[in-house]
Amino acid sequence: MLELKGLTFDVVDETTQQKKRIIDQLDLVIESDQFVVVTGPNGGGKSTLAKLIMGIETPTAGTILFDGQDITGLSITERAKLGIGYGFQQPARFKGMTVKKLLDLAAGERLSPLVCNEYLRKVGLCSASYIMREVDKSLSGGEVKRIEIATMLARNPKLAMYDEPEAGIDLWSFDRLTETFRDIHEAKDGRSIVIISHQERIIDLADTIVLLRDGKVALQGPREEVVPQLGFSGHRQGDDGCGFSVPKAARSLQDPIMSATC
Amino acid sequence: MAVDLSPIDESMLDAIAGLHGMPRGAFNIRRDGELVSRSSSAFIDIESFTDKAGIKITIKPGTKGETVYIPVIITKSGLTDVVYNDFHVGEDADVTIVAGCGIHNDGAHKSQHDGIHSFYLGKNSHVRYIEKHYGEGEGTGERVLNPTTNVYMDEHSTCEMEMTQLRGVDSTIRDTNCEMQTGAKLVLTEKLLTHGKQEAISNMNIALKGEGSSVQVISRSVAQDDSLQVFNPLVVGEAACRGHVQCDAIIMGNAHVRAIPGIEAASEDAQLVHEAAIGKIAGDQIVKLMTLGLSEEEAEQEILDDFLS
Repeated sequence: MLELKGLTFDVVDETTQQKKRIIDQLDLVIESDQFVVVTGPNGGGKSTLAKLIMGIETPTAGTILFDGQDITGLSITERAKLGIGYGFQQPARFKGMTVKKLLDLAAGERLSPLVCNEYLRKVGLCSASYIMREVDKSLSGGEVKRIEIATMLARNPKLAMYDEPEAGIDLWSFDRLTETFRDIHEAKDGRSIVIISHQERIIDLADTIVLLRDGKVALQGPREEVVPQLGFSGHRQGDDGCGFSVPKAARSLQDPIMSATC
Repeated sequence: MAVDLSPIDESMLDAIAGLHGMPRGAFNIRRDGELVSRSSSAFIDIESFTDKAGIKITIKPGTKGETVYIPVIITKSGLTDVVYNDFHVGEDADVTIVAGCGIHNDGAHKSQHDGIHSFYLGKNSHVRYIEKHYGEGEGTGERVLNPTTNVYMDEHSTCEMEMTQLRGVDSTIRDTNCEMQTGAKLVLTEKLLTHGKQEAISNMNIALKGEGSSVQVISRSVAQDDSLQVFNPLVVGEAACRGHVQCDAIIMGNAHVRAIPGIEAASEDAQLVHEAAIGKIAGDQIVKLMTLGLSEEEAEQEILDDFLS
């Protein structure tokens, strides 16, 4: 479905004027029906990689193939129409736009209230309370995040990329979310999911794990083979009331937030 | 009375009042400074002033659920139409008033409509007022709309005013004045779009005179191209009251927007808040909609349409 060849992305540091490599000649193949989790330390290039695939960023070098077509030079819109979707880590807010309108735009058609209800239910939101709400500052970060995921469900792209979907979401909604991801994957209808995440319970859903570090694939393979090498702290929901844990391999000594398990 | 409406008339009545043909109930349609058609209902009476251009609309106490339409259209280039419309809303009435003005100017001379609307809301009455302004035509003559809106709200009356300038209005000076007695509640929403070299000035003066009165002023505007917008909303609290003024503008191209939301308290129990924001369309909004398959232009239009919806 997706093939990245020698993908490279450089930026110039505004203060030092030094060139910095964010993605470094990266090769990666994602097949149809695959559930991939991309993990790794902060600053390792995970979000940048997703943005390069979506067309939000333009690579310095390399090629992106989607269903055999070279899409490296295509716009965001063109890639979206081909079936690539991206759920933002920090979703945009829109004054005056209702949740219903955003879901309609995502689906490309006017959705019935029943269908909207279903998308919102899958992300743990009560449709009656949210469907006519504006996607603006009145919503909390967690609410906006869940609506963002609902738009991805409504869009139903061939390749759905979610950037840290669990961030800002409470544990109950997180459970609902993992069920939804599992359902999509089990449908096996040719669609693939790529989730950028540090969380063990999301990693547990994947059939392929990609560990990204310093803009390169440091480790890649089936979950059963890769997870033992990630060095999870072993926390599970119920042990200490917290369902989240972070693999040691995804931690960075430079990042105190990532260095702490929750 | 025979009603002769051209396709242009019908198109403008649709744009400003959502009308397709003559409405039911009470209405007054004015074109080029003259009456086209009028109807009163059992509870709403419309009559002409004898000393000036305009109408007096009297809504009987207790009238419920009726809508009265009073659209104005101007199709003659060079015409200036000044009209006074007074609304007397009886106690406990609950009605919707749909106004609006459309100017179609194909000529080289300025066409102007100055509508002076005065609302007298009786105790416990409720009014929803919807006003849309719109201009079109291929001529070089200006399309000018200068509305004055005066609202006098008696005890515990409530009012929602939705005033919108769609597009095509070259110049507008809008004056809105409200006096609110005990327990009166007003939500005033003004939405303006300017483009080209258009100018829009909106002045508001809202006096919260009675205890427990409250007002919410919501101004949303889009200024495109080389247009100019100036907002001067002022809320004055003279009693234990609540007032909130919010100005939000999207600026594009070489446009110029000035927002001066004002609050003035003459009572230690007045709670007044104002806020204003002017900014361009955020890049992350455009990108998000592009990831949903919209082009950049479609995304921008969608954001503007929703902002002014």
